[in-house]
Amino acid sequence: MDEFVLEVRDLSICFYSGRKEIPAVENLSFNISKGETLGIVGESGSGKTVTSLSIMQLIPNPPGKITGGEMIFGSLDLLKADDDIIRQIRGNNISMIFQEPMTSLNPVYTIGEQLSEVFSTHQKLSKKESMKRSLEMLKQVKIPLAEKRMKQYPHELSGGMRQRVMIAMALACMPEILIADEPTTALDVTIQSQILHLIREMKEKMNTAVILITHNMGVVAEMADNVMVMYCGRALEYADVRTLFKEPKHPYTIGLLNSIPRIKGGRRKLYAIKGSVPVPGEVTAGCRFNSRCEDVFEKCRIEEPPFFEVGASKVRCWKYEGKGVTV
Amino acid sequence: MIGNILEVKDLKVHFPVKGELIPKNVSYVKAVDGISFNIGYAETLGLVGESGCGKSTTGRAVLNMMKVNSGQVIFEGRDILKSNRNELKKIRKDMQLIFQDPFGSLNPRMTIGSTLEEVLYVHHLGDKSQRQKKVNELIDMVGLSKDYLSRYPHEFSGGQRQRAVIARALAVKPKFIICDEPVSALDVSIQSQIINLLEELQRSFNLTYLFIAHDLSVVKHISSRIAVMYLGRIVEIAESDELFKRAAHPYTKALLSSIPVCDPDFRKDRILLEGDMPSPANPPKGCRFHTRCIYAKEICLMKEPVSANLGNGHMVECHLY
Repeated sequence: MDEFVLEVRDLSICFYSGRKEIPAVENLSFNISKGETLGIVGESGSGKTVTSLSIMQLIPNPPGKITGGEMIFGSLDLLKADDDIIRQIRGNNISMIFQEPMTSLNPVYTIGEQLSEVFSTHQKLSKKESMKRSLEMLKQVKIPLAEKRMKQYPHELSGGMRQRVMIAMALACMPEILIADEPTTALDVTIQSQILHLIREMKEKMNTAVILITHNMGVVAEMADNVMVMYCGRALEYADVRTLFKEPKHPYTIGLLNSIPRIKGGRRKLYAIKGSVPVPGEVTAGCRFNSRCEDVFEKCRIEEPPFFEVGASKVRCWKYEGKGVTV
Repeated sequence: MIGNILEVKDLKVHFPVKGELIPKNVSYVKAVDGISFNIGYAETLGLVGESGCGKSTTGRAVLNMMKVNSGQVIFEGRDILKSNRNELKKIRKDMQLIFQDPFGSLNPRMTIGSTLEEVLYVHHLGDKSQRQKKVNELIDMVGLSKDYLSRYPHEFSGGQRQRAVIARALAVKPKFIICDEPVSALDVSIQSQIINLLEELQRSFNLTYLFIAHDLSVVKHISSRIAVMYLGRIVEIAESDELFKRAAHPYTKALLSSIPVCDPDFRKDRILLEGDMPSPANPPKGCRFHTRCIYAKEICLMKEPVSANLGNGHMVECHLY
C-alpha cells in the first residue's frame, strides 16, 4: 500500500487576469496509493477542480499557469513531461469524470463512436474490435439495452445514464488513477447512490486509485479512505475519513460538519460559519480562514500556519502549535 | 391561528406536446396529476422529489402563474384559480416566491435598492420617502449592510444575492412564501446561514412556507410536514419525524436510504432503485412507481392505488396499505 501512484508536492497554480496574478492553489501536497480513494472537499473557489485539472494538464493556459511544484507519476514528473507523453497518459493511465455529463460528451457522435475512440486511440485496436470492447464496457457499467445505446446520441440518454457512459469511457483503459470531479452533483439522490455504488464496484475490480472531488460531506464519508479539506487554494486538514468525521481538528472542518442538517437527532439551530469565502486575489496575510474563524488570535493574522501533525491528522492551524510535530 | 392558509384540491397541470410529424396529434405531459394538500398557518410544508416529478410546477400552479387544467387552490378561503387580475394582484401581496437561482431572478441592470423599491412601487405601498425607509429596514432584516443597496447583483456573492431575493419577497409583508430550492445553489457554509435566516424570519413574521427541495436533510431540518412527490403525484405525506421514522411508501424508503450519511462507520442496507424515472409524458399504468418498486405485485400494474390513512395525518398512496 505504501507505493504511491501519484505524489503531488508543493503544487502552485496561478491565474492571470490583466496584470493581476490570482493564486488558485498554493503549495499543495498530497499522495495517493493504489486502490485508495482520496476525497477532496471544499466550497466553490477552494481550488479543488483546478487541482484535478492540473493533474490532467488541462489548465487553460493562458490565463492559468502552473507556477511550481512536482507531480510524480511512476518515474515521470507530469509537470515537466512533453505534450506527447501527457497525451498518452491522459485517458489511458489517468482519466477523469466530470460533473456535467452532457457537456463532456460530444453531442454529434453516437455513444458507440465516442466510446470506441478511446480504444482505437490508446490501444490501437481496429474499429470492429473497439466497438466490441465498447459494448462490453457499457455492459460492465450496467447500462440496460447496451446494444441500442451504442447507436444513440447523448441527448437521448438520461443524466444518470450519461454519467455511466462517462464512467465507462474513463475506465475503458483501466487507468491507474480515476479523477471524479463532482460526479453526482447534477444527479438526483436515487441516481447518485447508483453511480457511487458503481464507482466503488469498478474501483474494487480494477484496483484504481480514485480522487473524488465533492462538496458533499455525506458522499465523502461513504466513499473516501482519506480526506483533504481545501479552502482558498490551501489544504487545511488532511486525515483518514474516520478521524476527520469523529475528531475534526481545524475550525473550518468543524464548522463545515456542524453546518450540515442531520437526518438523525432533533431539530436544533444550524451552526453557520459567519461571513463568506474571500474573493480570490483579495486574500489577506496570515491564515486563510482568519476572517471567518471563531478561535482566531493574533498570530493567525500575521503568519500562515504550517501543518501540525496531531494524532492521525495533519492540520494547518496555530491552535495546535506545540501540540504536534510540525510537518 | 387555526385552520389552513392554503388548501389544494385535486390540482392538475398538463402541458400539451404537439406531435413532431402531425402537429394535430397532441399528447400531454402530466406534470402534476391530481394532488391535494393543506398547509396550516405558520407551518412549513416540505415538498421533495427528484427532478421532473412536478415540484416546481406545483409551486407555480399554486401562485396561479401557469395554466392549470383542473382543481382548486384555496388561499384564505378564496379560490385563486377563479380570481381575476385585480384580485390576483391583491392576493399575490400575501404570497411570494423565492427561486433557486438568485442570479437569474434579479435584474442585472438594477441596483438592489431599486429592485426592492420597485416591488413597493408596483404594489402602491407608501410614498417615496416611506419606500426608502422600508427598503433600509428590509436590507437590515436579511443581514446585509446598507452599502449594498447601491450595488448591482453581479457584485454580490451567491449567499448575498439570495438574501436580497428574500428581502424582496418580504417587501410586501406576505403571509405565505414558496421557497423553490432556495439553498441548492449555495455552498454548505452559506446554505446554513440562509436556512437559519428563513427560520428566524418565519418566527418573527409568522410566515408560512412551502419549501420545495430535493435535499432531504435540508427539508427535514426546516419542515414540520413533508410531502413526497413522484411523477406528478404526492405518494406520501406525513409529519417530518414520522416520515423519517416510519416511511411507508417504497419510494420514500428508497429515497431516504439513498441519502449519503456523514458518518464513515454507518453502513446501511441501501435500497438501490433500478433504472430512471419514467417520462411523465407516458407514465406507467397502475401505480406509477411499479417499474422501479421491489414490492410490485399484480395489482400495482393494473390499478392506481388510492390514498390510505395511517393515522396522524400520515397518508400514503400504495397498494401495500
